[in-house]
Parts: sequence; structure tokens; C-alpha cells
Amino acid sequence: MKAYFSYFRMRLIHSLQYRTAALAGVATQFFWGFMEIQLYRAFYSEHADAFPMTLSSLVSYIWLRQAFLMLFNTWTFEGELFKSILDGNVAYELVRPADLYFMWFARTAAVRVSKTLLRFWPILLVAFLLPAPIGMQLPPSTGTFALFMLSGFLTLGVTVAFTMIVYFSCFYTVSADGIRAILTPVSELLTGGLLPIPFMPAFFQKIITLSPFGAMMNAPLRIYSGNITGIEAGKIMLLQLFWLIALTLVGMLLQRRGMKKLMVAGG
Amino acid sequence: MIKVKNLTKTYRVSRRDAGFWASVKALGKRETKTVTALDNISFTVNPGEIVGYIGPNGAGKSSTVKILSGILTPDSGEVTVNGLIPWKHRKKYVSDIGVVFGQRTQLWWDVPVIDSFELLKDIYKTDDAVYRRNLSLLTERLDLQLLLRTPTRQLSLGQRMRCEIAASLLHDPKILFLDEPTIGLDAVSKIAIRAFIKELNREKGTTVILTTHDMQDVEALSDRILLIGNGRILMDGAFEDVKKIKPDYASLDELAFHLYRRYGITGGEA
Ligand SMILES: Nc1ncnc2c1ncn2[C@@H]1O[C@H](COP(=O)(O)OP(=O)(O)OP(=O)(O)O)[C@@H](O)[C@H]1O
Ligand SMILES: [Mg+2]
Repeated sequence: MKAYFSYFRMRLIHSLQYRTAALAGVATQFFWGFMEIQLYRAFYSEHADAFPMTLSSLVSYIWLRQAFLMLFNTWTFEGELFKSILDGNVAYELVRPADLYFMWFARTAAVRVSKTLLRFWPILLVAFLLPAPIGMQLPPSTGTFALFMLSGFLTLGVTVAFTMIVYFSCFYTVSADGIRAILTPVSELLTGGLLPIPFMPAFFQKIITLSPFGAMMNAPLRIYSGNITGIEAGKIMLLQLFWLIALTLVGMLLQRRGMKKLMVAGG
Repeated sequence: MIKVKNLTKTYRVSRRDAGFWASVKALGKRETKTVTALDNISFTVNPGEIVGYIGPNGAGKSSTVKILSGILTPDSGEVTVNGLIPWKHRKKYVSDIGVVFGQRTQLWWDVPVIDSFELLKDIYKTDDAVYRRNLSLLTERLDLQLLLRTPTRQLSLGQRMRCEIAASLLHDPKILFLDEPTIGLDAVSKIAIRAFIKELNREKGTTVILTTHDMQDVEALSDRILLIGNGRILMDGAFEDVKKIKPDYASLDELAFHLYRRYGITGGEA
């Protein structure tokens, strides 16, 4: 355990160095969120009751998504990990008395956490200071907030487990570029990154909610804003736990089986 | 004790001609070919031996080292190292070995070298006292004082190689696999590293398998030489036996040349 924690810490400290990139990210993410909210406001002013989420829930959803974009998105990958599989540098990771799967899990989680630590608070700070219709609201209760935190942790786990599957698919194909090119837009849509899931057709909603994508940012963002409450919140968190375990097992299996045919290039 | 018996390893490679059309054609059906890197090799290494594992480019040296260190699975054959099968018992097995791949880096690129060392200490669960003793010994012998606080990316090739070797030794491995560890080193560093490996071997009885194209490394270190060519073990003997092939050799490289020619392995085959 300590080994993986040290690995996490190493990567965390290292990524915290990139402050300038973070500043640029904060600006863009804030601007994007602001524009999106303006757009929805225009729609809501026409037929407020035609929408599946209240405007204030939606506003909180958008600000949180922007603040935690680096934690919950499905498209952040470390090029270095793909490269090390292709050029054989993974050799050094394989002579360590540790599981490659958990070393890379820790590392991937660390990158996400550090990027988020640099970005989330300025966005949230300003979002809370903004006036009522477009400003961020406090959660309805401290219980809701606790559920949000827990669900957020689960989302980080599910998302990282998902990216691990993409990394280890590289053991089987020469390049993961194709897989990434398909997965990036599809998963962005299915996780509710473009449009919250309640806005989608009912039939789709059912499928997505049961899929691993519904167990990602969809859960904590809707729990916080009061769109999912009570027993429904419990259910969705159980689904998150299920997908965390399932995706982790799939990733581990891919890694174990891939090791047998891995050619470890170079030297 | 390292036992290798009838070890065979093949790679499936796809190849195509150069150029745009060839790459388009390759999209359809890929021409694959099997390359035999190791062809039924067997040998045994006793504890405390330093074995020079030599042979021309493409002979199969690195493939052997990768199998011995547990990161490649062979097609067939048996390997046991102190009773463990490297690729099967990988996690348990690798605590006892140290590996240097001269072509690669294990140090984290943009943090000071010492941070990488501390991470290795945690990964190997090295005892505090052992770690500190090894660190100070390595720092002194390999002259690392000024390098430890420098980020890896700012080190020269030779400075980095000294740190890489130190990194592989911090956890007190009983067996060392060195795949071209003296690449890019100046005379002073080479001599320091050879002396240190000798010392480790003498004081701790560390077993060493060394691959290199620098025949001076082999002369200075190896009690025993294993010659591999086209995936087969061609000779197993002492450095003195090699000298008999060309007693009046002008340089060690010339001696190696005659050795390879004697066994018909002058051209590395791909
Ligand atoms: N990952 C790989 N995929 C395909 N073929 C490989 C791979 N690694 C090695 N080979 C082939 O296997 C053979 C043995 O290679 P190996 O790297 O073991 O040689 P070597 O003795 O270390 O050579 P060198 O002295 O040049 O480092 C070569 O013919 C090489 O082309
Ligand atoms: Mg080699």
C-alpha cells in the first residue's frame, strides 16, 4: 500500500509544478461555463417548466462540471504511459515488486487530483460570488454535501478504471489512437459532459444510467444540485461501486493477459 | 542459482516495404513473420559468479535478460532462479534482483534524482538502515554527491548512467542483470563502476550477468563467458579460452571479431 501511495505522491508533487497551464485552464473553463449558462437562461426564460432540471440545479451542475473537469473527464490520458508500452520502457515498471495495474492507477489518479487542486477553487469561488440565477448555490443540506463527496470519490475511481482499460488495450493493438478517437466524443456525450443525462430521450437515459458512463460525473453533479435524492442517490452510488469493481477487474484482466504476449520492445 | 533449460523465444513481427503505397497495402493484410530470438538455449549460473554474456547485435542477449528478469514470457523451456520462475512469480521474485537496461531510464525525468531513489525505497520496502548504508556507499563510489539534487533531465548521459546503476542497487539485490550498463561512460566512470561491481561480488557474493559490447568490461569482470549467436549458446568458457583463439590480438575488439568469425556469427541477422 505504501508503495502505491508514494507513487501517487510523487506524481502529485510533480504535476503541481504546472501552474501556468492551470491558470489558462481556469480562464477557459470559467468562460465556457459562463457562456453555457447564458445559453440555457435564454431557453429557460421561454418555457421554464419544459425542462427536466430546475435552472438552479442546472447552473450548479455546470459550475461543478467546469470546476472538476480535470477530475471527472474521460479524455485525459498520459501520453507517457502509451509511449512506455510501445517503446518498451514499461520494462522498468515490470521489474518492481508491485502491480503494474495499481501503480498506474495511483499515477493516473494523482495527475487528475493535482490538476484539479490547481483549478477547482478559483472557479468555484467566482461561481459562488455571482448573483442568483447564474451563481452557484450551496447544497440543500450537509447530508447532501457528504453524499456528493462520497459519490465524487467513486466517480474518480470509475473514471480512472475506465482510462486504465484504454491504456492496457495498447498491449493488444499497436496504437491506441483509433480507440481514443472513437471513445473521446462518445464517452463525453454519454457521461453527460455535453448535456446532462436528464435532457436526453427517456429510452437513452435508462441505458446510460445503467452503463458505466452514467456512473461517472452524472452521479455527484446531480446529487449536489438536488436532482437526485434519497433512495435514488443510494441506488446510483451502488451502481458506481459496482462499475468501479467491474471496470477494475476488466482492466486487471487485460493487463495480466496482455503481459503474456507483450513483446517489450528495444534493447 | 540460475537454471535455464531449452529456452525458446520467438517474436511475431510484421514488416513492409518503405513508402506510402506499402503502408496503404499493409492496412489490408499484414505480412507477419516469426523471428526466433532464442533457440533452445540452456545454461546454469552458480551463486557468486560474474558471467559475461556476449554476442553480436541481434544475437538474443537482451531477450534473455528480459526473460530472466520476469518481464517476458518464453514460448517454451524452463527457467528457475533460486527456485522461482521469473515470469510466473514475478512480483515476489523481482525483490531479489537488480536490473539495469543501459538504453532506458528508470529515474523520473523532472524531479531530483534523490526523489526517484526514495520512491524506489518505498516500492521495494527497503529497510531504512540498509537504504542509508547503500546510498552513502553508492554516493561515494560512483561520485554522486553533486548529482543527487539535480533533476534527471539536466544530467549528462554518463552522469545519468551512474545514477541509474545506483538506483538498481539500493535494495541490496542478490542477483544483478546488467544489459549494457557502461554505455556512454567515460574512462573514470567505467573504471569506478567495474571496481564497484567487483567489490559487490566479492563482499556480498552478488551474482552478476553482464551483457556488453565493451570487451574491456568483460575482461575486467567476468570469470566466465557465455557466447550467444543467432539465438544459440555457442561457447561457455573462461576469458583465457577466448584468448587462445587469437593469442596475438592487437586489441580486445579484434579478439571479439575473431571470436565471432570463428563461430560464423559476424553479421547480426534480423
Ligand atoms: N520486441 C521485439 N519484437 C520483435 N523482434 C524483436 C523484439 N526484440 C528483439 N527482437 C528480435 O530478436 C532478436 C534478438 O534481439 P535481442 O534484442 O535479444 O538482441 P541483443 O543480443 O540484445 O542485440 P544487441 O547487442 O544489438 O542489443 C533480434 O533478431 C531482434 O530483431
Ligand atoms: Mg541488447
